[in-house]
Amino acid sequence: MVKPGQTRRVFGALIRIDSVTKRYPDGTVAVDRLSLEIPDRSITVLVGPSGCGKTTTLRMINRMVEPSEGTILIDGKDSRQQPVNTLRRSMGYVIQNAGLFQHRTIVDNIATVPRMLGWGKDKARARARELMERVGLDGSLAKRYPYQLSGGQQQRVGVARALAADPPVLLMDEPFSAVDPIVRKGLQDELLRIQDELGKTIVFVTHDIDEAVKIGTMVAVLRTGGKLAQYASPAELLSNPADAFVEDFLGADRGIRRLSFFGSAGLLLHTGPVVAVDASAEQIAARTTDEAPYLLVTDVDGRPLGWSEPRDLTAGSVDTARLLPYGRPFVAGTDSLRAALDCAVLSPTGWAVGVDAEGRVAGVVSQQAIGEAIRGAHAEGRTDSEAVR
Amino acid sequence: MNGFFDIPSDLQHSWLGLIGLHLREALLPVLAGLVIALPLSQLCVRFRWLYPPVLWVTTVLYAIPSLAFFVVLIDYTGQTELTVMIPLTVYTLVILVPAIVDGVRSVPQETLAAATAMGFGPVRRYLQVQLPIAVPAIIAGLRVATVSSISLVSVGALIGNQGALGNLINDANIYNRPELAVNAVLTMAVLAILADGLLVVVRLLLTPWMPSGARARRAQRPEPEVAAR
Repeated sequence: MVKPGQTRRVFGALIRIDSVTKRYPDGTVAVDRLSLEIPDRSITVLVGPSGCGKTTTLRMINRMVEPSEGTILIDGKDSRQQPVNTLRRSMGYVIQNAGLFQHRTIVDNIATVPRMLGWGKDKARARARELMERVGLDGSLAKRYPYQLSGGQQQRVGVARALAADPPVLLMDEPFSAVDPIVRKGLQDELLRIQDELGKTIVFVTHDIDEAVKIGTMVAVLRTGGKLAQYASPAELLSNPADAFVEDFLGADRGIRRLSFFGSAGLLLHTGPVVAVDASAEQIAARTTDEAPYLLVTDVDGRPLGWSEPRDLTAGSVDTARLLPYGRPFVAGTDSLRAALDCAVLSPTGWAVGVDAEGRVAGVVSQQAIGEAIRGAHAEGRTDSEAVR
Repeated sequence: MNGFFDIPSDLQHSWLGLIGLHLREALLPVLAGLVIALPLSQLCVRFRWLYPPVLWVTTVLYAIPSLAFFVVLIDYTGQTELTVMIPLTVYTLVILVPAIVDGVRSVPQETLAAATAMGFGPVRRYLQVQLPIAVPAIIAGLRVATVSSISLVSVGALIGNQGALGNLINDANIYNRPELAVNAVLTMAVLAILADGLLVVVRLLLTPWMPSGARARRAQRPEPEVAAR
């Protein structure tokens, strides 16, 4: 935590949950001998159906719920060693529906913890404005009240408020569950971007396995009764579910989703069946081969326009309205095999279009070739966690 | 309308003097009621089982006629303003306690959880989060309590000219001057309306964060995500 005058960058802390049990007076066991090593500077997702104890586990980390048995170590120190409010102020907390203070302006909401830590008003507000920018909120919203913001904007304020005192740990309890899917995707991407910059230890609770796989460095699947079913990286989870419960929870198309973790760098791109829109008859003829019955037409800058059979092409000037759609191109090398396969499936020709970062055609690849690459990747058991999630 | 403002000398006050006296006898009990109701309500929020009995007691106290209160109190506090103000204070509780309890309870769970997670202790949480958010409910209760208290002060006339403007009604009878009764009723009505209006203004000043009127309509159309990337 940064005290006034201090400028040291604060990164995440390692959290060790050591055979923790939460039993309520009526005998209900919410969490049952759970042990987890939460790596620092990463996003660890707790996921499971309702009643699996994921929120209880999260709240035991900042002692909003006291464990009945077991210990929680933060950077090797028992969480019970320091005063509870000191512990909590060293952990940002983001909750569903944001839980903003409706009677305070946005900037004062964000400045709450720094003010409690003794920062001056001006310094705390300056910090709050800096954070608004970081989470993608327009500065003009600073003096507004929460009711004047949309749900997604309120959730951004919630994230900014949690980050205000630069805590090493961020606890997030279903933060994006109450917003619509498009806003949720935006918030997820934003969280990953912020995490790249800040490197906090984030513990993230969700019931949405897709969200877990998308943002998690590690995913802990909990089952009803507060037992740990599996603790693994998303790619490992999708390849080797520990049991039927995990497999069921992952859903039907885990094979396809797993392809997200295979990079497309290994795909061999063909540059043969590609012609520019102003190609001559000779060029068209030269590009036509038996193995590629279609030609991809590009504009003069090399951006894809559409597919066509060679005999439908008129030399010099192609009628672009008659071209077949080319689906959604994948960025060669950066996007995953899933994106490449998706592109091939969407294209009526069965060929996927690979583009470079500027959107110019890098080459084309057939469904068969992608299928071989998938089989090859499976055979190697290799997952490329650097692939875009 | 001759002599509308000629106040009989036995009341020992001018018309304005009576207004001052009336406001004092009406508003001090509301203030005292608020001072008692705030901690009492917090206890009812903290210990849920306490709320039904407290509510029951305040309701029973409200049902006791003021005359009965006077008979008991007059042995201790005599024919004074205090004898009038004590029952009035007790009566405000039946309005203020539920208003404050509901107001404090209306604070959303996630707001409370967020406050706790940020390291707010119970006292700080009460003063900085629950109480400010309960302000609209508290002022709504104060408005009812104030208006009712302004009208109830007149019963003080029963114990020897302690009813402020209410004494005018008594004098209207004695001196056969009905205009004095009209004066008393109209003045009390105007005082009640003004006090109520003042509390509305106070509420507006204290709660710029609340959607209301034109602001509420704007709130229903939140602006599009400024930076939905």
